[in-house]
Formats: sequence, C-alpha cells, structure tokens
Amino acid sequence: MTRSDIGLIVILAALVAVPFVYREPYHLHLMVLILIWSFAYTSWSMMGRFGLVSLGHGGFMGIGAYVTALLWNHLGLTPWIGIPFALIAAGILALIVGYPCFRFRITGHYFVLVTLALSGIVLQVITATRDYTGGSLGYTPARATSGNNILALQFDDKTTWYLIALFVWLVGLLIWRLIDRSMMRYALEAISEDEDAAAAAGVNVTAEKLKITLISALMTALAGALYCQYQMFISPDTVSGIAVSLQMVFAAIVGGLYVALGPTVGAIITILLAETLRIGFGTGAVGWDNLIYGVLLVLFIIFLPQGILGSVLERFRIQRKPA
Amino acid sequence: MQAFLDIFDIYLLEAVLNGILLGGVLALLALGLNLIFGVIDVTWICYAELVMIGMYAMYYLVQYYGVSYFVAAPLTILLVGALGALLHYLVIAPLLTAPPINQLLATGGVLFVLQSFATVAFGIDFRNLGIRLPILTVGEMNFSYARLLSFAAALIGMIAVYLFMTRTFTGTAIRAIAQDRQIMALMGVDTKKIYLITSALGGALAGLAACLLVLQYDVHPFVGLTFGPITFLICVLGGLGNFIGGFVASFVFAEIISLGGLFSDLEWGYVFAFGFFIVMMFIRPAGLLARRR
Repeated sequence: MTRSDIGLIVILAALVAVPFVYREPYHLHLMVLILIWSFAYTSWSMMGRFGLVSLGHGGFMGIGAYVTALLWNHLGLTPWIGIPFALIAAGILALIVGYPCFRFRITGHYFVLVTLALSGIVLQVITATRDYTGGSLGYTPARATSGNNILALQFDDKTTWYLIALFVWLVGLLIWRLIDRSMMRYALEAISEDEDAAAAAGVNVTAEKLKITLISALMTALAGALYCQYQMFISPDTVSGIAVSLQMVFAAIVGGLYVALGPTVGAIITILLAETLRIGFGTGAVGWDNLIYGVLLVLFIIFLPQGILGSVLERFRIQRKPA
Repeated sequence: MQAFLDIFDIYLLEAVLNGILLGGVLALLALGLNLIFGVIDVTWICYAELVMIGMYAMYYLVQYYGVSYFVAAPLTILLVGALGALLHYLVIAPLLTAPPINQLLATGGVLFVLQSFATVAFGIDFRNLGIRLPILTVGEMNFSYARLLSFAAALIGMIAVYLFMTRTFTGTAIRAIAQDRQIMALMGVDTKKIYLITSALGGALAGLAACLLVLQYDVHPFVGLTFGPITFLICVLGGLGNFIGGFVASFVFAEIISLGGLFSDLEWGYVFAFGFFIVMMFIRPAGLLARRR
C-alpha cells in the first residue's frame, strides 16, 4: 500500500464516520444535498468535459424523479423497481435524441440548442399532464409508513440518507475514474478535437458519443430519483427544465469540469452560496442567488474557464514540475 | 352530426389562421436569433429573456408612467437594442476567440442574470398591460386584434430588416461578414463596429417582439422560458443562420402548436411540435431547406 492509498482510506473512513459523530440535522441535510447534486454535476461533466455540452440534463433528471414517484403513487411499484424503470426511460430518451444528433454530426451550437429544447419540452410534458403529475404545483411521493421503510426507500433519519448519498457519489467518482483510464477517453478526446480525423483513425464516433451520453443520462436520472426520494417533494422547476440544466453547467464550470472533484467543489460552492444568502437575507434573497450565479458564470467563463479546482491544480502542477 | 362537422370545420379554419398569426411573431423572434448567429456566429441563449425585459419596459412605461402604447414601443425597441449592444460589448466581445461553447454558456449566465434581476426588481407577480383589444369576428371565427396587429407589425419589421440588409452599405457589410469573417477586415470594414450594430439590431428585433407579445401575454420573470425553447427549435429546424428556413419553420411550428392546441391543451401543442422536430432531425438534420449532402 502506498501512502496515497492510505490517505484515501483515511479520508473515506472520515467521510463515513461524519454522521455518527456529528448529528446536527441542518448541516447533515446540507451535506446530503451537496452529495446528491455533486453526483448530478459529475454526471453532466462526463459529457461536458468532452465538449458535448448538453442543456438537456434537466430533462433526464426530471424523468428520473417523476417516473419513480409516479410509479410508486399510481402503481404502487417500489422505487427499487421504479428507479430502474426511470433509468430505462431516461436512457431511451437519451438514445432517441442522441442518435440523430451524433449520426448526422450535429455538434456545437446545434447540439446545445437541441438538448436545450429537450429540457424545455420535458418541463412542458410534466406541466401538461398535470392530472397525474400535479403540474407546476409539484408532486409528493406518498408516505408509506412513518419512520424508515426500506421497501419504499423512505427514511426519516439523515444518517441513512447521508450514507446512501455518499455511496452513490463515490460510485459516480469511480465511474469517472474508469472512463478516465479507458480507451473511450482517448477516443472521445480525439472526437472533441476533430471529428473527421477521429473517424478516419478508426474511432466509431456515433457509438462512442452515444455510450458517454447514455452513461451520463442514466446517472443524472438516478440523481433525480434520489433527490425525489430524499426531499419527498418535486416540482418541474426544481428537477427539470432549462434552469436546472444551466445550474449543472454553472456548478461544473465553477468547480472545474476537467478534474474528477471539480463538480463536487462546484456543488459545495453553489449550495453554500444559496444557503448563506437564504439565511442572511431571508425571503428578500429570492432571485439574488441566481443573480450572483449568473454574474459568476459569465466572469468564470471569461477569466477562469478551467474552474476553481482546475486552476488550483494546474498552478500546483506548474510549481511542482521544475523541482 | 352535420352541424357538428360544420362547427368543427370553422374551428379548424380558425386554428389554421390563428396559427399563421402566431407564426408571424415567431418568425420575428427567429429572425433576430438567426441574424446574430449568421453574422457573429454566437447563439444568444438569453434571447427570450431580452424579450422579457422588453415586455417589462412596456408594462412600466404604459402602466406606471402613462406613456401611450405607440410612444412606449419605440422607446422599448431602443432600450432592448441598446441592451443587445451592451450584451455584445460586455460578454461576447471578450470571448470572440474562445471556443463557441463558452460564448454560448456565457449567454446562459446572462439568462440567469436577467431572470433573477427581473425577480428581484419586479417581483414574481404576473402583470399585464391592461389594454384589452377588441375581438374581430369574421363569420363564426374569432380573431383578437392583438394577434392581427402583431402579425402586421412583425411582417413590417421583417421587411424593414430585409430592406436594411439589401439597400444600405452597412447592411451589405453585415451580409458580407456573414459570408467571410477574415476577408472583410482586410476590405477595410470595421468588424467590431459591424458586430455591435448587428447585436443592436438583434436586440431591437427582440424589443419589437416584446412590444407585440405584451399585448397577448402576461409578463413575469420566467415568461422567456415559455417561448425561448420554441424559438431555438425553430432556428435549428430552419437551419441556424438561414433566414428563409427560419421563416418557413416558424409557420410550420405555429400551425402544429395551434392545431395541437385545438385537439387538446396548448402544452400538448408544444409536445407535438417537439415530436415533429425529432422526426425532422432524422430526415433533415441540417435544416428544412438545406440541400442534402
């Protein structure tokens, strides 16, 4: 075992131990939120880092949340079955939208606009089917029993949720690492540099792009389902639509979308910023958090496109090299 | 049964005609976005939010300051035009050499800014102009004057842009830049100035659309989200930067929304339009009027 391995195990153990030592519910709640959103932002960055900028992830997240909740409320299907169904639905949608995009070389602006439309339309569908989904008023999965219910995936205590969110977040990082070390990464990097050259070198452009889109969409849908089960309330504005998609982009870019922990850093910053504003200004803060997000997003893209963590790591590397 | 069919046909005709009227405003929106894209090669994700700001400007000018509608409209157009130029100067110009995706995302940040600015400054209440235009009845069909007026104004706006682009030196320079970015600088055309003018023009078109939409819809900070996505769909369907394609696609979309709304809810009209869009993506990925490669 090397030193970095030991360090990793110590950090992991510390993360697992947190809820058993520290029981302040509000702070635990924040940590759960940060972990779930970090997972969502990480899944967006899976595509984003290869130049596949999608503004449709709000749509995938919405499907993950709503399909799980609808199956539970209307058909009584436990989320253990409902979540796989939700993932399948999101996956099918990703393929339906992704295939023509990639097959016909729809890249850059076009791809962003098509996916943007996707998230807008998922929002419209949720609003249009208000007899089932509650429309813009939001939707609540029915409480099974009070207290913990494993079958319904409903837990009262924050500790359980913290551990679930931590586990999922770690899986997300693991998937990132697997892709980072696979041939797929080289193929996708080549594609993002020059699609024709990559195709000429024998890369199956359509298949590679579809694969990463599918992975990313499935993870995002899972994040939506988890968010739904944890908050026990979803509305089209919090889990779907363009605002959520842009929120993902924003967090990933602020944190740094080319490094594994970048989206997590982004989630920590954005959620803490929103909460600080909410507590500091109360209801007067409505809108201010997004105003600051927006200004920061513009400033980051102009001055710090690598993101906070990305830039810090880069500086670190440059300083280390001569030694 | 026969009576039912008669009524149905009237409704169908009414929906078709209303679709055409809606198409005019959509075409105006698509024209502005296409202009920016065709010339500067940037997509303003926040385009619909500029319209929203324009709608608020109209609301405040007319309701608060008692300015008459026809005085407020040019002021709004000027304001949103200036906003467009400002957006270019502050956000797009520093990013002109950055990857296109960054430019697009930066305007996404502007979307956040404008939306939350409206939330902070104007609140989240739905507001309307309080002008109720009469309803025109032809046979058994009803059309609102607001829609007719919008359609006419949108057409006039588009013709004015067309004349500007073909008859003036600046317009010619704009079209030339859209064809070749590098050469025009060598020909002694100040690209920075042309970009700024184009952005102001795109903003002014958004302002005009705002003046027309405010007659038909309530204003709230998120109103941009209701027609923003549809505008982007139209531009992609028509081929980004393709003015005529965007024009045709606007009417196709407006008909689908209008007819879809006839058979069920308006939201379903949007859903149908999206379904159509996906199918068209398979058949004509580079736009309705693009030649096959």
